[in-house]
Amino acid sequence: MSLEDLLNGSYVYWMNIPADPRDIAISCRVRLARNITAIPFPHLLDPAQGTEIMEKVKAARQGAQGSILGSMHLLTFDQLDILDRQTLTEKHLCSPEHAASGDAYRGIMLNQDGSLAVMINEEDHLRIQCLLPGLNLKECHGLAQQLDDELEQTLDYAFDEARGYLTACPTNVGTGMRASAMLHLPAAQMTGTIKLLLQNVSQLGLAVRGLYGEGSEPVGNLYQISNQITLGQAEEDICNYLQTIAEQIVEQETLLRERLMADMPYQLEDKIGRAYGILSNARLIGSDEALRMLSMVRLGVDLQIIKGISIFTLNQLMVAIRSAHLQKIGGHPMEAMQRDVLRAEVIKQRLSGKEAD
Amino acid sequence: MLCEECKERIATVHLTQVFNDEKRESHLCEQCACNKSGLLFNANNQFSIPNFLGGMFSSIYKQEKVPEAKVQCPQCGMTITDIKRVGKLGCSQCYRVYEQEMEASLRRIHGNSRHSGKIPVRGGYKVMIKQQIESLKNQIQDAVREEKYEQAAQIRDQVIELEKKIS
Repeated sequence: MSLEDLLNGSYVYWMNIPADPRDIAISCRVRLARNITAIPFPHLLDPAQGTEIMEKVKAARQGAQGSILGSMHLLTFDQLDILDRQTLTEKHLCSPEHAASGDAYRGIMLNQDGSLAVMINEEDHLRIQCLLPGLNLKECHGLAQQLDDELEQTLDYAFDEARGYLTACPTNVGTGMRASAMLHLPAAQMTGTIKLLLQNVSQLGLAVRGLYGEGSEPVGNLYQISNQITLGQAEEDICNYLQTIAEQIVEQETLLRERLMADMPYQLEDKIGRAYGILSNARLIGSDEALRMLSMVRLGVDLQIIKGISIFTLNQLMVAIRSAHLQKIGGHPMEAMQRDVLRAEVIKQRLSGKEAD
Repeated sequence: MLCEECKERIATVHLTQVFNDEKRESHLCEQCACNKSGLLFNANNQFSIPNFLGGMFSSIYKQEKVPEAKVQCPQCGMTITDIKRVGKLGCSQCYRVYEQEMEASLRRIHGNSRHSGKIPVRGGYKVMIKQQIESLKNQIQDAVREEKYEQAAQIRDQVIELEKKIS
């Protein structure tokens, strides 16, 4: 897979089918915030200082032949147009705020399959992230830390004995680590237990967000849970804790699904069948509706009510139906109506398996 | 208590707002509170993270009655007023310059103000040894409590070895 595929296609590593086939946890992420000492944080950077950071990162990458870091691609944002930057956001590799800037001193470093990414001069000088399929925070953490260690061989990090890794926002200081899991919870939503579940999660000191991180609303029954505290706890402990809580939520969702299947099989099949019907027949479809319907179809696939569609296709569709990806396929900027038409077509093609992935 | 706005439903949302040092309380039902959301609950506005953090810094100042200092961070030039406004520090040096202010606000955010996780390999050799010493000292206390004096003495020797390395 080449860098062009990563930018132009709809595939990225986290979409693969995870080891646990129950597929309630879609993906997991660990990100580390790091800054270089003696240079102001990105919100105060002038272009010269921003370039200095970028040059340091380039040098670190060039000096790291044969390692993970050495094999990564570095793209500055003056090389990528807004559409390319947005496709990275839609693939969960780049934050929306970061993608908004076309500055030459901002950018992103990516490995071949997009499982590792480093945002440069986002809120912090470096945001190192690892994104994997399923719920495997230990591996995710291991890979992110390995890349962090490789960067630290050349870069002088801002680190303080008492405060840990120093970050622009005090909510990230300490480990600089945010670990998260993306969970698909339709049964919790249908049975009305989701509210209670989310309340409990926040009482356990974890944050719940929508698909696209901070400030985004949950769409398509997708919830991102993450740690809030970054200071005073070791990275492994944070990951273990999040993994345990996420596993319990997966367990609860599984039980609720079983109960739904037992208590109201016809209503459930009907809901899933209708969603599939809409997706396979719509001429126009908006992105929110598509995500809601895809959530039902995904549930149908998990419960083996729908056969012949893979979770991998559904994961790709979650991204392929987003605005920037559609405009990439269309090859030109599109109005909302044109996007709705193309979205419906793309969904039909992929669900019927006519278009090779 | 009934809602101030509709005067029909029970007030379940109690808000205290401070405008120009004047405290205003409002008691609303959930529905009216939602209707007022443009003003009160705009997540991207009043209740954004920077504003929350700004608030945290401000309240510390009120408690301690420290005058709005003219102190500037020598590296990036941020004052505490700037930090309050933006909700971010300007550079790594700010953590030193505004150490006292940070101490309290970090406790509020994290319930803790001391790092106990990863230490960078190159930049953190001494720090790593110090943390090892801390942890061994705790082990000595445990051993003494359990009257395992021989074990305590062994750990103490390790501590002495480590202290030599960083002296």
